[in-house]
Amino acid sequence: MTVFTCILLGFLVVCAVAASLSKSLLNTILIFMSYSLVMSVIWIILESPDLAITEAAVGAGVTTVLFVVTLKKIHAIIKENDQKDQKETDGKEK
Amino acid sequence: MRGNMSRKVPQEQYEKTFSFKFKRWLDGTKDPFLDTVEMKPQKPFQETEEAAARRAGDRERIAERVYDLEHNRLIRFFKRFYKIMSALFCIFLVVMLLEAVSWLPTVGEPDRPVNNEVSARYIENGLQETGAVNIVTGMILTYRAFDTFGETNVLFIAACCVMVLLMVDEAALKRQESTNDRRYEPKNDTILQTVAFILCPVIFIFGIYVILNGHLSPGGGFSGGAIIGAGLILYLSAFGFRKTQRFFNEKVYTVAKVTSLLMYGLIGTYFYITGANGMENHIPLGIPGHILSSGIILPINICVGIEVACTMYAFYALFRRGGI
Repeated sequence: MTVFTCILLGFLVVCAVAASLSKSLLNTILIFMSYSLVMSVIWIILESPDLAITEAAVGAGVTTVLFVVTLKKIHAIIKENDQKDQKETDGKEK
Repeated sequence: MRGNMSRKVPQEQYEKTFSFKFKRWLDGTKDPFLDTVEMKPQKPFQETEEAAARRAGDRERIAERVYDLEHNRLIRFFKRFYKIMSALFCIFLVVMLLEAVSWLPTVGEPDRPVNNEVSARYIENGLQETGAVNIVTGMILTYRAFDTFGETNVLFIAACCVMVLLMVDEAALKRQESTNDRRYEPKNDTILQTVAFILCPVIFIFGIYVILNGHLSPGGGFSGGAIIGAGLILYLSAFGFRKTQRFFNEKVYTVAKVTSLLMYGLIGTYFYITGANGMENHIPLGIPGHILSSGIILPINICVGIEVACTMYAFYALFRRGGI
């Protein structure tokens, strides 16, 4: 096993642990996306380019987009403007 | 009773018909043992203000007691129990899996059960029997075409289920969009639009290339379809639903999806029937290495690609807006 593969595999483990321990859901999704990207590079090293293409398109692309859309739908992503609006309304109520 | 509605038939004649009896049975006004039953409307629910206030207070009191984390012993106990048990379970799982891995056969030994006559036949006769240079695609779409057909059906059913759950009524969608049109459409981001303008054609062409060269180079219907689906999603998020619907609306989606699945079913059925009965099928295999070769693999690849691309796009559109 070459040094490059070892580094990638180590990164994979770090990504997996970080994704499960991260508090912010958006960060978790981004870490998961980088996990898929590293996985697709590992598929190329393991000489299966068709799996690498699929992993890059589905794992890193479509799944991440679907997760982000879901977060937006359940209002888990709060923009800065929204936070300002929230503060203003809170001030008025008080 | 709703007896005064305008009818073409007089009341007495209507009472003899089957539909009247069925309606009476449905309403429950006629009981077979007690004869006619009088239906009384239910009394409206009345509550004094005091009771209503007490009921509203109940909720708060329960919430206070449940979320009083410092004094709730059960929650404190459960938190500690949960942490310990999750750690124990993780360790148990890791040990079990490592133990299982240590018993797996080593890679590359000739007398292992994986290296049997099936894979030997795929490798030795695959090129002659399927005509595909890419052995993986040849194996998936000819020897295991039935299996892949099931997978394509799974995609179809998954998209249908998401539609059932998330599809919004078309009239309600239009009303919502007329009141605030910025909710579902992305803002006109110049960077995103420029990048999408340059990248989308390249992504589409690469996806079509991967699908059409499924039997010659790595890739195939699923990979190519996923790439085209991702490209469609990029286009949609950059330019919005109105521009995408000019070339990909619900009608196109339905026709493309159903047609591709039916085509796969038809080609597959012909292939299974001839293959299962040991008959010769009349699909020419062509010269290996040419783009028009390897029999049923190329049309099936195109069908799977359309199916996957439609499914990917439909997932995104339904999650985002509730319609295609």
